[in-house]
Formats: sequence, C-alpha cells, structure tokens
Amino acid sequence: MKLQEYRSKEVLARHGVPVAPGQTATTAEAARAAAERIGGPVVVKAQVLVGGRGKAGGVKLAATPEEAAARAGEILGMEIKGVTVRTVLVAPAARIAREHYLGLVLDRAAGTVTIIASADGGVEIEETARTNPDAILRLPLHPLLGLEEHQVRRVSFFLGIPAELRPAFATTLKGMHAAFIASDADLVEVNPLAITEEGELLALDAKIVLDDSALFRHPDLAEMRDLAEEEPSEIAAREAGINFIKLDGSIGCMVNGAGLAMTTMDLVKLAGGEPANFLDIGGGAKADRVAAAFRIILEDPNVRAILINIFGGITRGDEVARGIVEARETLGRQVPMVVRIVGTNAAEAAEILRAANLITAESLDDAASKAVAAASGSA
Amino acid sequence: MSILVGAQTRLLVQGITGREGEFHSRAMLDYGTNIVAGVTPGKGGQAAVDGRVPVFDTVSDAVAQTGADAACIFVPAPFAPDAILEAAEAGLPLIVCITEGVPVLDMLRVHAVVAEKGSRLIGPNCPGLTTVGGAKVGIIPGDIHRPGPAGLVSRSGTLTYEVVQAMTDAGLGQTTCVGIGGDPIVGTSFIDVLELLNDDPETEAIVLIGEIGGEEEERAAAFCAARVRKPVAAFIAGRTAPPGRRMGHAGAIISGGGGTAESKRRALTEAGVRVADSPSQIPALLREAGVG
Repeated sequence: MKLQEYRSKEVLARHGVPVAPGQTATTAEAARAAAERIGGPVVVKAQVLVGGRGKAGGVKLAATPEEAAARAGEILGMEIKGVTVRTVLVAPAARIAREHYLGLVLDRAAGTVTIIASADGGVEIEETARTNPDAILRLPLHPLLGLEEHQVRRVSFFLGIPAELRPAFATTLKGMHAAFIASDADLVEVNPLAITEEGELLALDAKIVLDDSALFRHPDLAEMRDLAEEEPSEIAAREAGINFIKLDGSIGCMVNGAGLAMTTMDLVKLAGGEPANFLDIGGGAKADRVAAAFRIILEDPNVRAILINIFGGITRGDEVARGIVEARETLGRQVPMVVRIVGTNAAEAAEILRAANLITAESLDDAASKAVAAASGSA
Repeated sequence: MSILVGAQTRLLVQGITGREGEFHSRAMLDYGTNIVAGVTPGKGGQAAVDGRVPVFDTVSDAVAQTGADAACIFVPAPFAPDAILEAAEAGLPLIVCITEGVPVLDMLRVHAVVAEKGSRLIGPNCPGLTTVGGAKVGIIPGDIHRPGPAGLVSRSGTLTYEVVQAMTDAGLGQTTCVGIGGDPIVGTSFIDVLELLNDDPETEAIVLIGEIGGEEEERAAAFCAARVRKPVAAFIAGRTAPPGRRMGHAGAIISGGGGTAESKRRALTEAGVRVADSPSQIPALLREAGVG
C-alpha cells in the first residue's frame, strides 16, 4: 500500500526526519489560508500516488497566498494519469542549494533492507541507474543488526554532506530506517533530500510503500489508505477477500490461485482476446465469494464473456459448480460463461454445468478459445 | 532417492489441530506420508486427526520423543515466523511453511537465523512439496501425480497443479515437485532446487514454473546455462500483467522495467531452456528433448 506524500512526511517527522511543515487543502480557499499561515513563497503539490506529477503540471510555486489559491484552483480537479487530484499539499518553498536521493528498499535479491543513495537528487533513481550507475551507492543492512554507525558515516561521506550537517544527516537516515522498521515498509524514499541556501537539511518529497501483509499490526497506517484513488471495484473485492485488478479487455476471468489467474489471462491473450481483469478467488471458492466475484466482474460494462477456471484439487468440483449455477441466477446482467473445473469430482461438476447450459471446457487452452469466441458473439 | 523428502521422512506438523492443519494432515497421511507428531501449544497429550497423530506442546518435545526430521507449518501468519524459529531451534533440517501473508521484515530476520542454524526453509506462502510415491508435505493434491522422470520447481500453487496434471495426463510422470512460494523473501530459491534436481540420479529432466517480479528466474536461467546438464522446460506466468501492480502474490510485481515475463522468457531461452506458451505444451517440450 502506497502512502500519499503528506502522509509519508507525517510518518517520517514522527521519527525525527526534518520535514518542512506543510498543510493539505481540498479547496482553493483552504490553500490560500494555508499559504497565509505558512507565510512567504509556497509550493502547491498535487497529492496523487502516480508518478510524474511535476511534468504533468501538478506542482507549482506561488509567491503570495492569492497566487497559492489560483495555483491550487488549477491543480485541484486536474487529471494526472487518470487520477483526479482531490487534495494538494501547501508547503514552504525551499531555496535549494543541493539535492540528493536517499532511500531504503526491501532488496529481494539480497534478502536485506538496502540503503540506496545518490548525489543526484530530484530525478528518478531509475533514471540515474540508467544514465550514471556509478553515482549510486547500494548498502545492504544486516537483517539482525540493522543500521550501524559506520554505515551512516559511509553514506554521509559518499554524498559529500558538509561537516556541520553530518549530525542532521545521521538523524535523517536513522529516522528513515526507524520509520521503515516500525511501519513494516517495502520502501522509504526521500527525493530530493535538499540542502537549502540557509544551510538546512530538509526532506522536500517523501514516499512510503507499506507491506500489505503487515498491515494487520498497523491499524493507524492502514487507515491512511486513499480510497478515493482506487477503483471502487478493487475496494469491493478487497472487502470480499478477493484479489482483483481491473484491466481494459472484454473477457472477465475468475480463477483460484494467483499464478493460475495470470496464466489464464495470458492464454486469453494468446487465443486472440483481451482479459478484463485479474481475479484470484482464493482457496475453497465458496459460494458467497463466487457470487461476489461475479458482481465485481459484471460491474465492468466492457465484459462480454466470463471465463471461470478452477483447479479443484482439494476443493470439490461439484460444490464449486453448484455455487456458480446458484450465483448466476442472482445476476442482473447475463453474459456467456465458459467454465472449466478440474480436480476432485470434475465429472459431476461438468454434469451440473451442462444441465445449467453453461459452456464447459476440458483444457485451459480450450477454455480460453471458447471464451474469446463467446465474447465476439460467435459461440 | 529423489530430493528433500521421501518414504523415510518423519514429519511433524505445527498447527495440526487447526482447521487447515488437520484437513491437510489427513490428506498427507492418506497419501502415505509418515507423520510422527503434531504440535499445538496447550494441547500436548492429545491425539489429532482421528487419533492417528500424537500432539505435543513444543517442537523440541516432539522431536525428542518421536525423532521427527522435518516440519510442516500451518500456523496463522502473525505466529508463523515464531513457529519457523521454534522448528529451527529444535534442529529440524527441513522446515516447510505453507502460511500465506507473513510480514516480509519478519521473514528477513527468520531467514538469517534459519541459515545460521543450518536448517532448510521452504516457503512461506508455498504449497509444499511431493516426492511421488514417497511423501507429500503440504497441500499439493496427491492424485495429480504419477511416478516418472521429471522434477519440478515452481513459485506458484494451483499453476503447479495445472502443469503437473498436464504432465500426468500426457503420461509424463514426476520425481519430486517443489513449490518454493510466491513471496519476495522465501527460504529456498529456484537455484537451490535446480541444484538438487540436477544432482538427483532419478531425475532425468526439470520443469521450472516462474512468474513476473524479481530476478529469480533470470538467475535460474544463468544457473541452467552454467551447471544443469539435463533438459529443462519452463513456463512463465504474467505476460499480460500490467506494470507496478501486485498480482495476488506479494512477489509478483513488475517495477522499473525489470522482472517482466518477456525478460525472463528471453533469459531462459538464451540459456537453452525450452519455454512454453501454455502449461499444456510442457510435456511435448520434454518429449522433444528425448524425455519419457
């Protein structure tokens, strides 16, 4: 789960990272009031979770409160990569002398939390990795020892932090690490970490990505989820215990297991169709969850056919088949359904499905072709 | 022979009295797995699974009294890291963690300790492993297998079953099938299992099932090119997955241009691995290589 910039800064500030005190606003008038309280020039920043908001015109400077209101008026309601801006952050405009990149990331290859630092701040680290890989320091931390003093010094010297700012830098890096561990993050990033003309160290932008699996022990952070920026269907799916991601195609997919769900999408594409979604219904495929999955898939008006692929295994196929037939009765919109159920009691399942006039398939390849044909109306 | 588990394995199940633990323990016993003990704190002295398995309060008690040499864990995610550490502390050489949704930072610490104790961890968030005709440890359905010459390693659950079923239907049996798990941090990697299968005299060919995210498959490809002397066939799920989105498995996310299905397929093809477009093509690709 990604946190918005202002939320990320809140979390970092709690751990002692120097962050300019900003205020959020959802109207131009509120932005004006915020700029007035802050005093002096401000920056007005769109709060969206997609990248590239600066290039899209979602970050603007304002010299006066009136200008702040005008800029906020332009940014609020703006669409950035399909996301409507509903909130802006109004923060003091820093006079930047130098910008660095500083991040902590879960490094799956090394099996560690790894510090990533670069003297070139303000640009995406992926960009630096392409153009100037030697400018990046990667420093893995021991999983049991965490961040050590000598490592803080090493990063500090690598970035060329001036002597008088080294204590502040140590506080910043240690604070970022503490925030990473305390909130079970996958990523904590400050970019840019600025040194101002006044000689202050300041986190001007921040990004935190949390480990979804650990949210159960961070109810305060879980509440920071920005529902306004998610597909309503994805929110409904999460509440039903279903893994769902909306895509642009016409063939709805309902599968048990994530790997098999991706494979089903791939085979739809290979058969000449486009998947409308990724959907993993999870273990057991119980009747109420099947019904919820149908509702979520059919909310998408682009869906012309549904492909159901269940590898029964331990689940009994006939029970799943009955669940599908029952759930289908309750649906508002009917589209062709191709059902493939493999595993325990697959023969009984096929009988139930045929009696209910559902299209059945023996293999996954066959199911994908039949679904593509059904969606184009030739089945 | 085959790898990791077999008829000689003396299995202990942590969380045996839970709904999942009991259900799958029964399926494992029915397959012929020798489950010698269960562990549920506070239920020591009872017998689980219709009285077939004695239950102990701690793993160390169970090991002392039954000589268990492998653990299978069905403990809920918040308690799974502790269960793994308990098994490692008791000196079990093989620990299989089925549990899904274990916090990643917990796994970093657990991984470091397990390595230090010299145990091998498989998982978490994995379906376990089956040595065909020997022992099934975990939740892979027993009846999809048939004995034969191919070993299999996979990051997925039901996709593994799909591939195994396709092989069995085509008359191509298996030695050992290992699901290493879909999380970003898992105990045993593709390379670890490839090395074991490559050294196993009973295994004549290897099937690798990967998916988008991370660079494990690319590393596995390099290992195949350098070390594996047996035919390898592979399938990679997620060619149609959009970048930056988590596709169910916590590990299945493409970011920064790397970790795509195409980059993995390319790496494997260049390493001489036969890459399938559909799971159903795996048996034919192995036959092409002269297997079965």
